[in-house]
Amino acid sequence: MVNIIGHAIEAHALSAVRGRRTVLRDLGFTVPRGQVTGLLGPSGCGKSTLMRAVVGTQAQVTGTLTVLGRPAGDASLRARIGYVTQAPSVYDDLTVRQNLDYFAAVLLPGRHRRDTRAEAVTRTLTDVDLTSHADALAGNLSGGQRSRVSLAVALLGTPELLVLDEPTVGLDPVLRRYLWDLFHRLADERGVTLLVSSHVMDEAERCHRLLLMRAGELLADDTPEALRRRNDTPTVEGAFLRLVDAATAADAADTLQETRR
Amino acid sequence: MNASRVLATAARVLRQLRHDPRTIALMLLVPVLMITLLRYVFDGSPGTFDSVGASLLGIFPLITMFLVTSIATLRERTSGTLERLLAMPLGKADLIAGYALAFGLLAVVQSALATATALWLLDLTVTGSPWLLLLVALLDALLGTALGLFVSAFAASEFQAVQFMPAVIFPQLLLCGLFTPRDTMQPALEALSDALPMSYAVDGMNQVLRHTDMTADFVRDALVVAGCALLVLVLGAATLRRRTP
Repeated sequence: MVNIIGHAIEAHALSAVRGRRTVLRDLGFTVPRGQVTGLLGPSGCGKSTLMRAVVGTQAQVTGTLTVLGRPAGDASLRARIGYVTQAPSVYDDLTVRQNLDYFAAVLLPGRHRRDTRAEAVTRTLTDVDLTSHADALAGNLSGGQRSRVSLAVALLGTPELLVLDEPTVGLDPVLRRYLWDLFHRLADERGVTLLVSSHVMDEAERCHRLLLMRAGELLADDTPEALRRRNDTPTVEGAFLRLVDAATAADAADTLQETRR
Repeated sequence: MNASRVLATAARVLRQLRHDPRTIALMLLVPVLMITLLRYVFDGSPGTFDSVGASLLGIFPLITMFLVTSIATLRERTSGTLERLLAMPLGKADLIAGYALAFGLLAVVQSALATATALWLLDLTVTGSPWLLLLVALLDALLGTALGLFVSAFAASEFQAVQFMPAVIFPQLLLCGLFTPRDTMQPALEALSDALPMSYAVDGMNQVLRHTDMTADFVRDALVVAGCALLVLVLGAATLRRRTP
């Protein structure tokens, strides 16, 4: 059953194992449609694994994970989700336009859709502000430009859900502001749901909702305002640090109790 | 399988190569130079050049396509583009057929150049039709593409991928009957050579060399090489996983 008003992502008792390590532990959360949801936490806390689970590329995931009304990884979802990995995944030996042309041909195949494809390529080049570099080899671009090409690929098929793994890492402040404006434009004007991971806390303030993670567990699932108010801090960063300290203290107490036993 | 996705993939692979003219030049010219070298190595015994030369025309495309495909697919795996493609509505068969088509086309050009040079400039004497030589060369190229695709799944780096060349190709080269007829080998090795696809590639080339018509043995050889290529392509497809740890 597809519920348009319902949530874009719903997770219950979601766990994931990589090798012998449990990377995600019993997560339960929802991501509302048409909003920007931030996924925050220190490096190695499981953000990327969670995103890969949502996209359906992560093996050994247990629990329920419903994405756009279908089980995660369902074949029908592949055309409806745009996914950008942490490292830009584009062909370095093709120009920006050739990269987009190819991925557009995969998403919108067939001769009869040639015009739709050309339109999509032009639109996404404008979205990520790379029109002037369209004929440059992706391998010759700067790091920030390459990650924008990678983002452009995800925007090609007008996805309903965008999963972006640290899209602004290592970018200058001007570009970061530009991209966050783009994310909000996509949510407001096109109704796209965005799940954006980051470990930069000032970006958290720009999200509608936040999922705070630490060591494979969820510390909080709330709006930035509510997080600040509940933890009595002026910033989300303060709230996050307070929650992490509390969790660390609880862990230490547990370990101590176990050693006494 | 979706024809337009296959064609788009093949066009993309060829476009990538076009940005790398040196690789194209090496792929096309090295076989021509090697067959020319061979002609003058066997300057005094044209008969030997005929048989070794015909065999090599089948072995070149296999080796080049093996190397090119294993590195290209490895790059696809490590650059994250494979994960991205498999998260999109692209069938594994679309991707593999696209690669096979692109490299198959390249192999046709490569084999045509080397075969034409051997036949008309170097006086390689072949009893049968040069088109049959080309056919075997193309099947060999497909086999090379298939093997390259398959082993790339077991290589974590370009260093490892290149090492698979001696590991997978050299034993076949030694046992394929190029150096000595297969029935004069130690029986265990002869049995082993019966199980390796390159033996049939070389045998097919020799059939064309000696017979005017398409012999039953030639048909068997061509079918075995084509069958092996298909089998390994299917195995290669199985190594492409949408969900990875």
